[in-house]
Amino acid sequence: MQDAAGHNVGVDANLFHASIHGSLDCTACHTDIHAYPHPDHPAAVNCATCHTEEASGLEGSVHEHASHQPCTACHGNAHVIVSKDSPKSAVYPLNIPATCGRCHGDAAMARQHHLSNVYPQYVDSIHGFALSKEGLLVAANCSSCHGSHHILSHEDPKSSTYRTNIPKTCGSCHAGILSRYMAGIHGKAMANGNASAPVCTDCHTAHAIAAPTMAESTPVCGSCHQKQLTTYRDTFHSQVSSLGSYIDIARCSDCHGEHEILPASDPRSPVNPANLVKTCGRCHAGANAGFVKYEPHANPENFRRFPILYCIRIFMVLLITGVMTFFVLHSVLWLLRSLVEKAQSRTAKGGR
Amino acid sequence: MADQGVRVEGNELAEGRSGGGSPTAHPEGERYFVRFTPMQRWMHVVMFSTFLGLAATGLTIRFSTNAWAQHFALTLGGFGAILFIHKFCAVILTLEFLYHIGNIAYRIVVKGQKGLLWGPDSMVPNLKDLQDIIGNFRWFLGLGSKPHFERYAYWEKFDYWAVFWGMIIIGFSGYVMWFGPFFGRFLPGWALNAVQIVHGEEAVLAATFIFSIHFINGHLRPDNFPMDTTIFTGIQSEEEFKERHADEYRRLVAEGRLEEKLTCRSERSLLKVSRVIGFTVVAAGIVLLILSVSAYIRQ
Repeated sequence: MQDAAGHNVGVDANLFHASIHGSLDCTACHTDIHAYPHPDHPAAVNCATCHTEEASGLEGSVHEHASHQPCTACHGNAHVIVSKDSPKSAVYPLNIPATCGRCHGDAAMARQHHLSNVYPQYVDSIHGFALSKEGLLVAANCSSCHGSHHILSHEDPKSSTYRTNIPKTCGSCHAGILSRYMAGIHGKAMANGNASAPVCTDCHTAHAIAAPTMAESTPVCGSCHQKQLTTYRDTFHSQVSSLGSYIDIARCSDCHGEHEILPASDPRSPVNPANLVKTCGRCHAGANAGFVKYEPHANPENFRRFPILYCIRIFMVLLITGVMTFFVLHSVLWLLRSLVEKAQSRTAKGGR
Repeated sequence: MADQGVRVEGNELAEGRSGGGSPTAHPEGERYFVRFTPMQRWMHVVMFSTFLGLAATGLTIRFSTNAWAQHFALTLGGFGAILFIHKFCAVILTLEFLYHIGNIAYRIVVKGQKGLLWGPDSMVPNLKDLQDIIGNFRWFLGLGSKPHFERYAYWEKFDYWAVFWGMIIIGFSGYVMWFGPFFGRFLPGWALNAVQIVHGEEAVLAATFIFSIHFINGHLRPDNFPMDTTIFTGIQSEEEFKERHADEYRRLVAEGRLEEKLTCRSERSLLKVSRVIGFTVVAAGIVLLILSVSAYIRQ
């Protein structure tokens, strides 16, 4: 059934009666229709008449003006709409990523609105896998972190994805890790208002949810702890991990812990001097008090902290430079003399 | 490699022609003398094979953030393979070093060959070496005539002692790292850090020196370009002997012992094998040299 403009205005009575709106009369929503023939341009249905809470949530959100009909853009055709608890619902937890992805999985749309195209990152993340492969209702879907109706930009301090709100947002599922994070040096700094303190997404990323046990974790920590990354790079630990292998090798978190990172001065820290034999001993069988005096972040360029190593390095550099300079000079002069002698003997032969 | 193969063939052909009658290169009746014993030649083979293995894997570890190092490691099977080859070569080289020390000690103490420690045949530096260094630089600059060298010229002695001390320093520091917890019981804390610096820097020096200076002095300078096979065959021609070790030659003539060293010209096949191996090792060394020097400068 089509109107004069060719729009499909037919409503499948069976689907409608099966829908969550099935008990309503048509005019409960289409309030400006009182008689037949209908007005040429019937007014848009105002869902807010009943769904006041959701409508007020939408107000001020990033989606407020995103669509001519923001409700049906996500929830679908109101004539066939089913409860959000039904697996057929567009906003059933397992269907949410696909629903949001209709717009947010569109690279062109993402470009247009200056958004990063995060949908594919989510789909391939541990959250996406838990949802799509395992069908876990508790797996984080888009609205678990961003909310549903009142979605705010991550730049808005009231947003669940605003920097300092992220630990609480992630912690709504990961409660155990949240409490350990808050007890650690990163969480405390964050709670004290330190803007550069890392929150969950700084290490794990927001949508791809990087697994921090991989080799890539060192540059992640190193993006803030640059000096420590440089000195780590000088060590055997780093050399092993750079060369790609399946060998267990010490990366940042293996010694320092991960969520509940404590300063070395804290007796509970794995890098507290009293705990080093145990911490190093996890990899180095037979680790002893002498062995753990090894400084894994030594900097031979720092004379004040490491005078002996500084002198050894200078000595080695001088040795290399001295030996090589002498012999390079020796070789070059020798080469020139040989060429001169060859030229002379050729001239002598030619003259004869 | 293909290029080198062709080049070796070319040399063989050229030599075949000259040996067949040309009076300039190797005249008929040219005499040949032993310079190195089979044991010395084999020691060199074992040393350069293990050194190449150690350098290739060690420099890969040292410059592990470079793409070439990561590709090389992955090709061999990751870090486990790299470290295994490194330790394997290290153990072989250690055994060779210990054998050498034992052999020298035996020859001095039991056989009474004091000449090993002092004298013209000795590796120990003496006043003449200092005079030769000065004399050679004077010759380079056109201020004097070319010095006459004894059995081992000063740069050959330097090669020997550089490797000798290098093996002690790199070897010891390497074993400290390998058995860290064991050495941690007697060494001070900073020593575990120090061995890491010393091992890495001394190894860079050793590799850089061998792959440039030793190759130039031994193989690539105009006098013996492109390959001196004496260390492989153990044999030098009379012409080479007189030119390179004039003092030793004269001394042996004076003592009437020159004929003791007479031998036949080395076999073609041995020469050919020597050149193939020599060129391969020199090429591999130069590749490693370029990669590590560029990585060292960039670090």
